[in-house]
Amino acid sequence: MPAIELTGRAAAPGLALGALYRLAERAGPRRVAGTPEEEAAALTTAIASASAALIAIMAEAEGEGADILEFQVAMLADDELAAPALAAIGAGIDAASAWRAALDEAIAGYRDGGDAYFAARASDLEDIRDRVLAALDDGEAGEPIVPPGAILVGRDVTPSLFLSVDWKAGGAIALSEGSPSSHVAMLARARGVPMVVGLGSLPTSGAAEAIVDGDGGRLILDPDARAKSAFARGAAGAADRAVVEAEAARLPGRLADGSPVRVLINVAEPEELDAIDPAICDGIGLVRTEFLFHSPGGLPDEETQFRAYRRMLEWAGERPVTIRTVDAGGDKPVPGLTIDGESNPFLGTRGVRLSLLRPEIFRIQLRALARAAPHGNLKVMLPMVTVPGEIEAATRLLDAAVAELAAEGISHMRPPLGIMVEVPAVAVVPDLYADAAFFSIGSNDLTQYATAAARDIAAVAPLCDAGHPAVAALVANVVRAGERLGREVSLCGDMGGDPRHLPALVAAGLRAVSVAPRLVGRVKQALAAIGPDGAA
Amino acid sequence: MAEQESTASVLLTHEVGLHARPSVKLTKLAKTYSSDIALATAEGGPWIDAKSIVRVMAAKAPQGTVLHFRASGPDADAALAALVSLVKRDFDEAGVHVSERSHAGD
Repeated sequence: MPAIELTGRAAAPGLALGALYRLAERAGPRRVAGTPEEEAAALTTAIASASAALIAIMAEAEGEGADILEFQVAMLADDELAAPALAAIGAGIDAASAWRAALDEAIAGYRDGGDAYFAARASDLEDIRDRVLAALDDGEAGEPIVPPGAILVGRDVTPSLFLSVDWKAGGAIALSEGSPSSHVAMLARARGVPMVVGLGSLPTSGAAEAIVDGDGGRLILDPDARAKSAFARGAAGAADRAVVEAEAARLPGRLADGSPVRVLINVAEPEELDAIDPAICDGIGLVRTEFLFHSPGGLPDEETQFRAYRRMLEWAGERPVTIRTVDAGGDKPVPGLTIDGESNPFLGTRGVRLSLLRPEIFRIQLRALARAAPHGNLKVMLPMVTVPGEIEAATRLLDAAVAELAAEGISHMRPPLGIMVEVPAVAVVPDLYADAAFFSIGSNDLTQYATAAARDIAAVAPLCDAGHPAVAALVANVVRAGERLGREVSLCGDMGGDPRHLPALVAAGLRAVSVAPRLVGRVKQALAAIGPDGAA
Repeated sequence: MAEQESTASVLLTHEVGLHARPSVKLTKLAKTYSSDIALATAEGGPWIDAKSIVRVMAAKAPQGTVLHFRASGPDADAALAALVSLVKRDFDEAGVHVSERSHAGD
């Protein structure tokens, strides 16, 4: 059978060959299975029916088996078990995804303790999880269990599905819709999962295997011998390139004339750092703390946040670490935090706007940050700042948190408070924001707002292009203001990790970028070929 | 407005600690009382709902932990007496220690 090749848009680089795994149509973005009320009712009913099934089996069981069943029934009867899932449902997640995420979290907690008895209970919880999912199924597929190494094909993928897949075994994503600047694409780039979007309509059956070319934006269904050998050559070439890039990553970032450019990394979860040598970067330019807030267990407490921040600071040593306060909203809803049903979430209550609206939650994050500050070189960054008053308000809250910690005799430091420049209102008149300790340009949102083209709408995604000269002009404007005000300016969006855009950024005077860890070598290689005026 | 609060504490001697079966028994017993009952593995808390098996299991209390109880409500004292007695009686399951140990041992 001849191979079918489809071309879309590259969303995350890399090559992968694997078994095709088709997502059901409903597994689209924020799979709206029903209203939150309907989803909550569906989950409650599924739990009751799983419980009834267990009780029926229990009547037949004896000894240890009966004890395990009794334990499972007791867990299902406890409202606490479903509470995180119900909270997630309230925030718009479908019942199956919410339940799976909540139980997976609990299961991991049981498994991680190093206690064999507890680890054994994890499988009892897995059983509970699957029984409820099956009950929820009711003729409709729940959130699928994706086999390791699979090529995920569908209309779109939710962040929760992405996070539920074990990508260590390989695999890739190919979508008929989607956008390279979606949240999932960001995750895919961070994790090194090749991803292609905007492939258009996909054949609904037939193919069993596929190749995803995340650099060329191609999906090859049922690759023939020729396509497979091209894949093998490509994979070998990529492996060679990876070696060269890994070497380049170890060198300092420099332009062709030898002048330095700082190259930092963007990080979401502390675990990502385990595989990275701090020597390859000049620090962490962006920590996306939303991921902490995505736990099905609800909003993270001060101690959880403190430990996560401290771990990153300790990893970085003396290198600076810029942690962004929670940037929920837009395409990143957080159950229990973001406001449901806003007509235009990207222009709504997101980023620092939300934090200032919920000072009781913001306060916990600011306390955790101030407590972590003595463990390294911390800088704190506010997202979505639009008016100088937001910096003032956040400064007051930070000062209050610091004063509280001092009064309580808890070790702390006051970190410098800077801002993310991602709203054109700031990028046009940056001098008005002199209260910020530093500027970090968030090119993804800045591009989206400058071009008035949503990052997650496939039809307009091509307009949302960081290559638009207006974006480089805004960057240049911020760099010049930074020089006038004596404030550091860096850029932490995807633009900085894209060799195509680096000449424009260098020409704009930018000398610090923060990129996905796996792009550090590529970026340093590209920079080394660029003159200080941006010319190759 | 605050009701009288009663407290009690007891040493957990059960060999595998507060695991599945003891937790089932403890939460079931707690639920037979109308008082609010909280449990902690340290004097200063954190306090967890003793009627929630999810919370009680998550406390992962090992053998040798001192369990602290506090209860408020009409039958607070009776509830605490019954719970302390259950822990002291080793959850009435001396016989299952061997099987649980073999479970945990390898």
